[in-house]
Amino acid sequence: MIRIEHINKRFKKLQALEDINAEFHKGQVISLIGPNGSGKTTLIKLILGMVRPDTGKILVDDKLIDNDPVYRQKIGYMPQIGRYPDNMKIGQLFKMLMQIRNKEEVSLDKALIEQFELEKIFEKPMRTLSGGTRQKVSAAIAFLFDPPILILDEPTAGLDPLASEILKEKIITEKEKSKLILITSHILSDLDDLTSHIMYMQEGKMLFLKEIEALQEETGEVRLGKAIARIMKGEKLTSEWIDKMLQKKSDERII
Amino acid sequence: MIKLSKYVLYDILRSRIILAYTLFLFIVSLSMFQMEENSSKAMLSLLNIVLIVLPLISLVFTTIHYYNSYEFIELMLSQPLSRTRILLSEFVGVSISLLSAFFIGAGVPVLLFAANDTGFALLFAGGALTLVFTSIAFLAAVYARDKARGIGFALLLWFYFALIYDGLVLLILFSFSDYPLEKLTLVLSALNPIDLGRIFIMLRMDIGALMGYTGALYKDFFGSGSGILFTVGIMMLWVVLPLWLAVRKFKRKDL
Repeated sequence: MIRIEHINKRFKKLQALEDINAEFHKGQVISLIGPNGSGKTTLIKLILGMVRPDTGKILVDDKLIDNDPVYRQKIGYMPQIGRYPDNMKIGQLFKMLMQIRNKEEVSLDKALIEQFELEKIFEKPMRTLSGGTRQKVSAAIAFLFDPPILILDEPTAGLDPLASEILKEKIITEKEKSKLILITSHILSDLDDLTSHIMYMQEGKMLFLKEIEALQEETGEVRLGKAIARIMKGEKLTSEWIDKMLQKKSDERII
Repeated sequence: MIKLSKYVLYDILRSRIILAYTLFLFIVSLSMFQMEENSSKAMLSLLNIVLIVLPLISLVFTTIHYYNSYEFIELMLSQPLSRTRILLSEFVGVSISLLSAFFIGAGVPVLLFAANDTGFALLFAGGALTLVFTSIAFLAAVYARDKARGIGFALLLWFYFALIYDGLVLLILFSFSDYPLEKLTLVLSALNPIDLGRIFIMLRMDIGALMGYTGALYKDFFGSGSGILFTVGIMMLWVVLPLWLAVRKFKRKDL
């Protein structure tokens, strides 16, 4: 569904992304993991067309995303920090988005609006909302149009345990509908029961993209947190570790 | 596009600054007509407001509005909308609010006390200058990286068009006063929308006769049908060109 080819992006002195290649398919839940500033959010913004790549191509459903904004109809996006027009009320925000997407009331997925009880505060202006409530609104917007691709940037950060659980349940339901879901998160325990693939990034480079089963096997750890922690311990170790893993794999094949 | 502009307009009206601006224009124009017995004298005072204050307010208001609606723009970018459409909707929303403020605030008193040739010329020039400087402000705001730079840049442009440019023109006229400069001054006036507006209005007043030989040439040119067309055309160019440059930059920008 999404194909990323040789993406390079530079912000002044900082090489934000370096030759990223990846392919994501329907039914996958991809966890984007990496230290702060490793380029996860930049990659997401590139897919959404908010940031333009220096070189390289991004294709959604085999179509280049350069000029045609229509592809964004297929994407539901939940930003890391949801920022909304201050004077707008929550109800208006939803109404406006529906008008923009020209969707029928019936085809909308209002499950999260109901479960987060947002209807009660439809009259509140956005500027009065707490960070957590904003996150809830962002989440409800991302799922509202029942899009085949979901991009969630730190979805559970700032949510209370109850809301976070509701959101996780919702992600699992959507996963079962065989959608493509991209998540970044630092709370690895949240990803444990969701994710099918791990994409690990460091300093703008993609170190690997592999299935979670493979990762568990290689590290010998069942919990994602521990498996990743092993990788995160120092850059040298990482590359060595990957080399070793790859070596092992090819060795196995030879045997 | 109209859908989006509607929300931009709504957001502007909520902030009430535009209402204060309307009231300011209304009180100033009304009091000028009340204080001066001769309505053409009042028009002359109003002319200075239109030529100096209007561009300044348009520039500053538009730039501040652009930075304040950054969240809105960000939200819209994750929706299936093209960047061109987003920026143009912003432009339409801001222009409509500034234009209606001018036409209500200054237009109503002018129509009440001086509904003649000069009055209509003033309203046309005011409306055109509002659009021109809104367009220029968008250009400044899109190019500048942050709010302070953007507003600073906008103010610099105002200084240039309202004050510095006239000084430069005078300098040229004095240093080359031995040569016939009538044609040149005509060209120079087209390079500054404020000057163009001033000449356009002044020639419809009695004081146009005080401008000597150049004034006669101006009267000959701007008084004719082709002169009006020329003014409208150049003003249009001053609206379209900065806006086009702004859209071009905005399309390539990382947000």
